[in-house]
Amino acid sequence: MLKTILAAGAGLAAALACTAALAATISGAGATFPAPVYAKWAETYKARSGLLLNYQAIGSGGGIKQIEAKTVDFGASDKPLKPDVLAANGLMQFPTVVGGVVPVVNLPGIAPGAIRLSGAVLADIYRGVRTFWDDPAIKVINPRVKLPHARITVVHRSDGSGTSFLFTSYLALKAPHWAKEVGANDAVSWPVGVGGKGNDGVAAMVKQTPGAIGYVEYAYAKQNRMIYALMQNRAGGWVAPTAENFAAAAAGAKWQAAPGFYLLLLDQPGGKSWPITGATFILMHQKQANAQNAHDVLAFFDWAYKNGNPAAQQLDYVPLPEPVKALIRKSWLKIVGPNGQPVYR
Amino acid sequence: MTIALNSTAPLPRRRSAPRGAGFEPVFEGVCFAAATALLASLGGVVVSLMVGGWPALTRFGFGFLTTSTWDPVKEVYGAAGPIVGTLITSALALILALPVAGGVAFFLVELCPAFLRRTIGTAVELLAGIPSIVYGMWGLFVFAPFFSQHVELPLMSAAPPGSLLESLTQGVPNGSGILAASIILAIMILPFIAATLRELLTAVPPQVRESAYGLGATMGEVAMKVTLPYVRRGAIGAVMLGLGRALGETMAVTFIIGNSHDLPKGLFASGSTIASTIANEFTEATSPLHTASLIALGLVLFAITFTVLALARLMLRQPARL
Repeated sequence: MLKTILAAGAGLAAALACTAALAATISGAGATFPAPVYAKWAETYKARSGLLLNYQAIGSGGGIKQIEAKTVDFGASDKPLKPDVLAANGLMQFPTVVGGVVPVVNLPGIAPGAIRLSGAVLADIYRGVRTFWDDPAIKVINPRVKLPHARITVVHRSDGSGTSFLFTSYLALKAPHWAKEVGANDAVSWPVGVGGKGNDGVAAMVKQTPGAIGYVEYAYAKQNRMIYALMQNRAGGWVAPTAENFAAAAAGAKWQAAPGFYLLLLDQPGGKSWPITGATFILMHQKQANAQNAHDVLAFFDWAYKNGNPAAQQLDYVPLPEPVKALIRKSWLKIVGPNGQPVYR
Repeated sequence: MTIALNSTAPLPRRRSAPRGAGFEPVFEGVCFAAATALLASLGGVVVSLMVGGWPALTRFGFGFLTTSTWDPVKEVYGAAGPIVGTLITSALALILALPVAGGVAFFLVELCPAFLRRTIGTAVELLAGIPSIVYGMWGLFVFAPFFSQHVELPLMSAAPPGSLLESLTQGVPNGSGILAASIILAIMILPFIAATLRELLTAVPPQVRESAYGLGATMGEVAMKVTLPYVRRGAIGAVMLGLGRALGETMAVTFIIGNSHDLPKGLFASGSTIASTIANEFTEATSPLHTASLIALGLVLFAITFTVLALARLMLRQPARL
C-alpha cells in the first residue's frame, strides 16, 4: 500500500517536473463549439513548438467572465461582443473559424434536403403561428413535396448556447414579429416547444418525435446524417448546408466595415451563401501585463491560420477566407505589452 | 462549546497519565474543527447566495416567486415555473417511489429466502451508485420513446374531451415532460429509501413481529400495523433523504423534463426545475441580472430543501405513538 502511494507520488512529481520543464503554457476558456478544433490545433502545435495550451470549454458566458477577470490569457465566445462593450472592458476580439446552424426535421418519407424553409416561415413555426406541416405558407414554397397534415413539434436548445444566439438572431433579422416578441440571445423565452440539452438533446427529441423540427450545429447535423432543410438565402436561392456554402457566406461578408469584427454572417449576399452562418471569436485584453503569454497566444493563432485549415475542415469547421485572416493579423498590432509596443508582429 | 465538553464527565485521576492522553485535546480540536467547518461553509453558502442573488431579489421582489415569465432577452425573471416544477416532480417521484421502496424493504427483511437477500440487497445498493447522467441518457434515448409510444399516446387518445384525464394529459407526447421526469426521479431515489427502510426493518426486535404473528395477524397486517409503524419515525427520515435528493437532482431531469419555463400545463407538458434551469443557463449567462436571478433560484432551492428537512425534524420530535 505504502509502496503504491510512494510510486504514485514519484509519478506525480515526475509529471510536474515535466510540465515545469516545458514552461510555456497559455490558458484560455470559453465556447464549447470550437473546443475540438482548438484541441486539435494545440496538439499539433505542441509537437512543433512545445507550447502547451490549456483550454477549458466552460461555455461562452464563462469565457467572457474569465477574460474580464483576467484569469486566462484569452477568452472564447460564439457570440461576438459589441464594440462598445469591448471598449468598456479594454478588450479586442477576432474570429477563428466559421460554423453554421442547420434546421432539421422529422417527417416520414422526407429525404435530407427535400423540404424548403424560408426565414419568415421558420420564425412563424417557432412562434407557434404555423402549427401544421401542410400549412399554406409551407406548401407554397414546397410545391412538389407531399406534406402530411401533422402537427409541428418545435424543439429548441434548453441550455444557453451560441447556436441559439445565431438562430434567434437570424429569426429576428428575417421576421419583425420575432424581433419584437422574442428577440435574439443565447437563451430566450421560447413561445412554444420543448427544450433539449445540447445538440444531442435536440437531435434526440427531433428523432423521437414525428413532425418535429429543431436546429443543430452543422457538424452535428452532418456527422449524424440528420434530415436537414434547404434554406432560402438573400439572393433568393435555395441552398443546402455544406462547407462550401458556409465559406461563401464568410467570403461575401464585409469584414472591413465591421469595427471589432462584430459581424454575424447572417443572410449574407451571394448565390451560394448559407443564411445562418456565424464565426466563433477569441477575446483578449488590449493592454497585456504579461507580454510573453500574449505573444505565445497570437503566435499560436497565427500558426493555426497558416496551417490549421485541413484540421478544421476535417472536423467540419469552415476556415476563414485569407483576406479576413490578413485583416485579423493587422488588428493584432493593437495588443500591446507594458512598454506600449505590440506584443506580436 | 469547548467549555461544555470539558466540564462533562471528568476522567478519574491516575498517578501517571494514560498513554496517548496528550492526543486527547488534539482529537477534540479536530472533531470540533470538522463540525464548525461544516457549519461555517453552510453559512458561507447562504451568505454568498444572498449576496449573489440580491440584485434579482430587490429588482423583482416577491414577484420573483409568483410570476412565470423567464425572459433573458427583456431581462424579466420570474421563477414560479421552475419552483412549481421542482415541487411537482419531487412530490410525484416520492409518491411513485415510496410504495415500491416499502415493498422492496419488507420483502428483503421478512419474506426473502436467504440466498436471494444479499443479491437483491446489493442490486438495490448498486442502483444508488449509478451516476445521474446515465439515468438522464437512458431516460432520453430508451425510456422516452417507450413512454411516448406505450403510455402517452394511448392515454391521450383514450382521454374523453373535457375530462380530467384530458387536462392532465396535455402536452407533446414525445416522452419528455413532467411525468417522465418524475418517473426517472422515482427510480433514482428508490434505492436510497429502500436501503434505509431495510436497515430500519432489520432493527425491529423479533419479539414484536413474532407476537403479532402469534396473535394470528396476517403478513399484510404485520407489515402495515406493526413493523412499519414501529419504524415510522426513522422512515420519515428516509423519505426526507429521498425527497432532498429529488429536489436537487439536476442532470437526469434536465435531459427529460422538456425545459420550458412556463407553469406546467399537464403531466405530459414540458416543465423545468430549479436545478435544471441553473444547469442550463448558468454557463452562458452574461448579463449581471441573469446571473443574479439564477443565483436567487439557488437560494430558493436552498430554502425549500431547508424547509423540508426542518419539517422532517419536527415530525421526528413528536413522541412515537404505538
